[in-house]
Amino acid sequence: MLCVRVIPCLDVANGRVVKGTRFIDLVDEGDPPTLAARYAVEGADELVFLDIGAAPEGRGLLLDIVERTARRAFIPLTVGGGIRSVADMRAALRAGADKVSLNSAAVADPGLISRCARRFGSQAVVVALDARRAPSRPDEPPRWEVLVRGGRDAVGLDAVSWAVRAAELGAGELLITSIDRDGTQTGYDTELLRAIADLVTVPVIASGGAARPADFVAAVLDGGAHAVLAASIFHRRQHSIAEVKLAMGAAGIPVRMIRGAVA
Amino acid sequence: MSALAPASAIVPGPVVGVVDYGAGNIVSIEEALTFVGARVRLVTEPGGFDDLDAVVVPGVGAAAPAMRRLVRARLVDPLLHWIAAGRPYLGICLGLQLLFDGSDEDGAATLGVIPGRTVRLEDAPTLPHIGWNQVHQGRAHALFEGLAQDEDFYFVHSFAGQPTASAAATSLAETCHGATFVAAIELRNVLGVQFHPERSGAAGLRLLRNFSRWAERDDTAGTERTPLVARAPGRH
Repeated sequence: MLCVRVIPCLDVANGRVVKGTRFIDLVDEGDPPTLAARYAVEGADELVFLDIGAAPEGRGLLLDIVERTARRAFIPLTVGGGIRSVADMRAALRAGADKVSLNSAAVADPGLISRCARRFGSQAVVVALDARRAPSRPDEPPRWEVLVRGGRDAVGLDAVSWAVRAAELGAGELLITSIDRDGTQTGYDTELLRAIADLVTVPVIASGGAARPADFVAAVLDGGAHAVLAASIFHRRQHSIAEVKLAMGAAGIPVRMIRGAVA
Repeated sequence: MSALAPASAIVPGPVVGVVDYGAGNIVSIEEALTFVGARVRLVTEPGGFDDLDAVVVPGVGAAAPAMRRLVRARLVDPLLHWIAAGRPYLGICLGLQLLFDGSDEDGAATLGVIPGRTVRLEDAPTLPHIGWNQVHQGRAHALFEGLAQDEDFYFVHSFAGQPTASAAATSLAETCHGATFVAAIELRNVLGVQFHPERSGAAGLRLLRNFSRWAERDDTAGTERTPLVARAPGRH
């Protein structure tokens, strides 16, 4: 049975892993290749490397750091930030990424998803989507809007519709970040996850708000997520990957346990 | 990964050629093979097969563009000769799928080493099939030495090779995602895995070390064997 993946996220700025609340007030958390190697040993199923400075600064990926990270991982690496073309994607894959994540560039040019999927296959194309709850009347179902440029700007796009469209265009996975929850440690937005997971057949990765092992369980059982992503709780060792997986396993979720992984 | 320290550089390992035809993820395969003690050489042209102990063919994505790249780099004939000579081959993901006659993904004709086709995964609850899944070994093989039955390996694909009934015995291991599919194949010295050992942590490194050692023991170097396939190479 396919295991539900636990994915530490490395938000990288100026070559260092950072973490801030709602994408601001960044705090240094370490060296990307060193953290990647540590998480691989501790049982991470995959890693996401987001160059969060690339899009706002209008530059390309830091390919040398991607390559150093890829060489230390021996587990899959998804790379995002500053990928705006098939050529950018090719460069990221050549540097050792297994998949790329498209965010703002895909919103601006949805055809980019199809072009990347045709060239390298859907399995290598992750569409990342930053969503924020939009005002709705109490008698209405909740709505979410898409934000771009690192969660800064709204573009008048409904998040659930965009997720469905991205999958139709060839995204092989959807990485769904709740900007309302990101950095708040109040748990994933399981309603947002469920709204999307029920409408697509591609895997959905939950992101934004994880604090306790129970949050990861809820993302899967309530939200329907196929993978769960978190950053600061792993960076700061609030909970280990093994602890999270033990809780998931106890809840009946299939997970990959590593013999000898540090709890 | 504490169980697997980097291999000693004192004893030179086998020379493993990684066929680089622009189909992605060369860095991770190069790094993983080096980690387990192989001396990696990238193969980009027909002459690159000289003095190799084994060949690894990686690849992600669709079959048609991959075949076009192999043809453009004039690598199809040397690969078929390598296989026909019974030399050690490991196909990873697309490198496994290319061994079959053709792919339903885009209708491409592929190498035709093993009778069968690459078909879309049936009854899959999610597609692509992405993540760690259990590999059930149908029989013992040096490739899986020291690895547990039903060990987890990392998959990322929507299609998988399906041998014809007459070639069913080439299946070495299976995995289930909705329905069962072939996760590893073996035809004499031709091996293929649908998962990514270079991305499967300690288990994957162990498998690559097994392949590397198995290739090193191969005693067919320099001998021209009866071709595995009746078809003449070069039909592409």
